[in-house]
Amino acid sequence: MPNFYNVEFDNALLLGTAQYPSPAILTDAIRHSQVQIVTASLRREAGGSGAGQNFWDMIKGLGIRVLPNTASCYSVKEAVTTAHMAREVFDTRWIKLEVIGNSDTLQPDIFGLVEAARILCEDGFEVFPYTTEDLVLADKLLQVGCEVLMPWGSPIGSGRGLNNPYGIRTLRAHFPDVPLIIDAGIGLPSQAAQAMELGCDAVLLNTAVAKSGDPVTMAKAFADAISAGRAAFLSTPIEMSDMAQPSTPVIGKAFLA
Amino acid sequence: MRIVLNGQYCEVKSTMLDQILIECDYINPAIATALNDTIVHKQARVGTVLNEGDRLEVVAPIGGG
Repeated sequence: MPNFYNVEFDNALLLGTAQYPSPAILTDAIRHSQVQIVTASLRREAGGSGAGQNFWDMIKGLGIRVLPNTASCYSVKEAVTTAHMAREVFDTRWIKLEVIGNSDTLQPDIFGLVEAARILCEDGFEVFPYTTEDLVLADKLLQVGCEVLMPWGSPIGSGRGLNNPYGIRTLRAHFPDVPLIIDAGIGLPSQAAQAMELGCDAVLLNTAVAKSGDPVTMAKAFADAISAGRAAFLSTPIEMSDMAQPSTPVIGKAFLA
Repeated sequence: MRIVLNGQYCEVKSTMLDQILIECDYINPAIATALNDTIVHKQARVGTVLNEGDRLEVVAPIGGG
């Protein structure tokens, strides 16, 4: 079972809450897949709107954990300030830290990420850094106080799956006790299952569910795939081989011309 | 007094942040505020004075990934 900052969960699927056809479909997707953690964000709001309050009341009503993000922040200061605002609104020390470095790929600014993570850890946050699969970067993030890593699968919203399974496997091998959450780029349940088969602890996704033709069913499909992938990892899969190996015993075969 | 509220010029009568929020119809508790790029915590809104041209950001929860 995944454990993040000493809180244990039954479900390894984390779901984003943006882009759904309607709030009702979002809540149905969350309930149907038994998701226990969702991400949320902060944006400017016009006076008298009340939309933010309504959204927050809806999420609170589900009785699940919220992981606020710093999406679209391109500087350390912006990310840190946004994190503090999120802590006040969402009343949580958790923060999914995004410091974006490139607007085409939305990949993290790794230097800014480490600095922002250092500041926020010192400020008492429990940081979930959106990072790459880079091993050295992961080590730096752990050194500044992160206890969870969120390596990307591929660029946000791309649906490309795991661009670098080797990198994810390497992270798992070097940091066997650090919770790894694949964040971003997952498009299909099979890709999520692959991440779990590699030993990841959880998968966070949004677009693949929200923009599918049937988000409620797709959310459940992801939850099932993630569960299957985890079971496979725990069952120690066989090693790949370049040569065929007969599964039926060769010895004892009838000698027939 | 003219301030910049969420990127738009805005005329306000009040000078205190808590009063400006009421004047601009921010009545729900689920908001956070930043003045000139620095967060102003909920409890500090009373007593925070804005000046002409100050930049005020008011944000609220929204779906995110």
